[in-house]
Amino acid sequence: MQLSRTLWRLADVVEVVPETPRTKSLVLEVPGWEGHKAGQHVDIRLTAEDGYQAQRSYSIASAPEDERLVLTVDRLDDGEVSPYLTEVLMAGDKLEFRGPIGGYFTWEAREGGPLLLIGGGSGVVPLMAMLRHRAAVGSDVPTRLLYSSRSYEEIIYRRELETLAARDGALAVIHTLTRSRPASWRGYQRRIDAEMLAEVAWSPDERPLAFVCGPTPLVEAVGAALVGLGHAAARVKTERFGATGG
Amino acid sequence: MDALRLDGNAVAGTLGEVFSFEVTTAEYTCEGCGKTDRLGAAMVYEVRGLGTIVRCPSCDHALIRLAHSRGRYRLDLRGIRHLQVEAVAG
Amino acid sequence: MREGFISRGFGGRRRRPDTKLPPGQYLEDGFPVLSAGPTPRTPLEAWDFSVVGEVDEPRRWTWEEFKRLPSEEITRDIHCVTKWSKLGTRWEGVSVDTLLEGVETAAEYVTAFCDGDYTTNLPLEDVTGGKAWVVYAYEGEPLEPIHGGPARLLVPHLYFWKSAKWVRGLRLTADDIPGFWESLGYHNYGDPWREQRYWGD
Repeated sequence: MQLSRTLWRLADVVEVVPETPRTKSLVLEVPGWEGHKAGQHVDIRLTAEDGYQAQRSYSIASAPEDERLVLTVDRLDDGEVSPYLTEVLMAGDKLEFRGPIGGYFTWEAREGGPLLLIGGGSGVVPLMAMLRHRAAVGSDVPTRLLYSSRSYEEIIYRRELETLAARDGALAVIHTLTRSRPASWRGYQRRIDAEMLAEVAWSPDERPLAFVCGPTPLVEAVGAALVGLGHAAARVKTERFGATGG
Repeated sequence: MDALRLDGNAVAGTLGEVFSFEVTTAEYTCEGCGKTDRLGAAMVYEVRGLGTIVRCPSCDHALIRLAHSRGRYRLDLRGIRHLQVEAVAG
Repeated sequence: MREGFISRGFGGRRRRPDTKLPPGQYLEDGFPVLSAGPTPRTPLEAWDFSVVGEVDEPRRWTWEEFKRLPSEEITRDIHCVTKWSKLGTRWEGVSVDTLLEGVETAAEYVTAFCDGDYTTNLPLEDVTGGKAWVVYAYEGEPLEPIHGGPARLLVPHLYFWKSAKWVRGLRLTADDIPGFWESLGYHNYGDPWREQRYWGD
């Protein structure tokens, strides 16, 4: 079982779905896929004709219960891999990957909560896998997603999040828009800070399980703020995406 | 704080090729400061094209230094005093 | 392992090989930041540079003293083992010849040591005779911490991992002691023109 996760294999690209102007979801069919846990990622490897290779990690967006494996990719302007995945790759192509990878930044409904999910930009992807898993198994674990995006148009999975929250009293989705917002916006409009976390997060007495994912500066600031508010460091798990987000 | 650093998760794929156990949940004791934590919580510096360095989040001591070249991995694990891994049942 | 799978339509970053470049290199417009650890932030009041080891008398300069040493502008091509090269990079700093002036030693090697745990080893003759500097400005501006500031070693004729960032001194040694990357299998000498990337090349 372990061995197959570390070997490079080929997935079939079934569909490439636009999510926002800069992100697309890749729907993949993987023969013999053995399943994964929400929060895990895969490594993608691209090979050019002259043998040149580039490799990056992408979080799995789909729930373990979903039929197909889905990755959501944010196109970085100066990226090497993401422009290929979002602009060149199409249905019918094959994609080389290995995984699922990671046993640390994962959540299963049976672990309980309360569940505090904090994401910045494409950092929401592994958190979305957790939310999709939670919905698929009908879990009622109290859950809050605090999601930072640059603008309304750049909120990934916006409609799906609305739907999930609307029909589930135990799930709250709170957005903050950091660069621009619609005139009618009355939500948060700044980077996540300690004050916002104090308002949104449960008190440390409730011992929430926190998962923080996004660009490294956001993750470090949020992680430090949560610990500063009294949350146990051992109950705050982080996944940094580096300088720009993966 | 360094804008480029990552978590232990980032090196899980590469280390998964070397070790048969789940690396990110393995518990290390840092040779530098004696602190114990899971490798998933360690700081990863991916020096793209050269290698990967995993450091203790408390004291920055290099726990794992890994270089990958010519189909070979070379690891320096001296920064880990002990490594504790769950045995596979059965 | 190499089944020969090719990703349709993938070309990688635009890489412009050039006959002026060492083998396997391509021209880079930016200045990639590669770091094996957290960026050190030594305040200038606490910074010093020393020459120690197999020397008759160790030397040490504070930042003020270092900045008063004769300096020069250096324009050179640089080549990183990760395959990017930049032509005509412009630096300002102190020649290692100046730092070693009058030093008596039987040592044949030098280890550059730095803030953090980075080290790199070189033959003494590769840092003397106008081949190496300790630089503190890049393109007319003070060297940024992410690029090795306040000061880094500059040894342009070898792969750029030898141009140690955040350098704090040189230790002269009788023996050649592999440094940070050298001890992980990278080439002990590192000549880009002979493509000496890994041990055994």
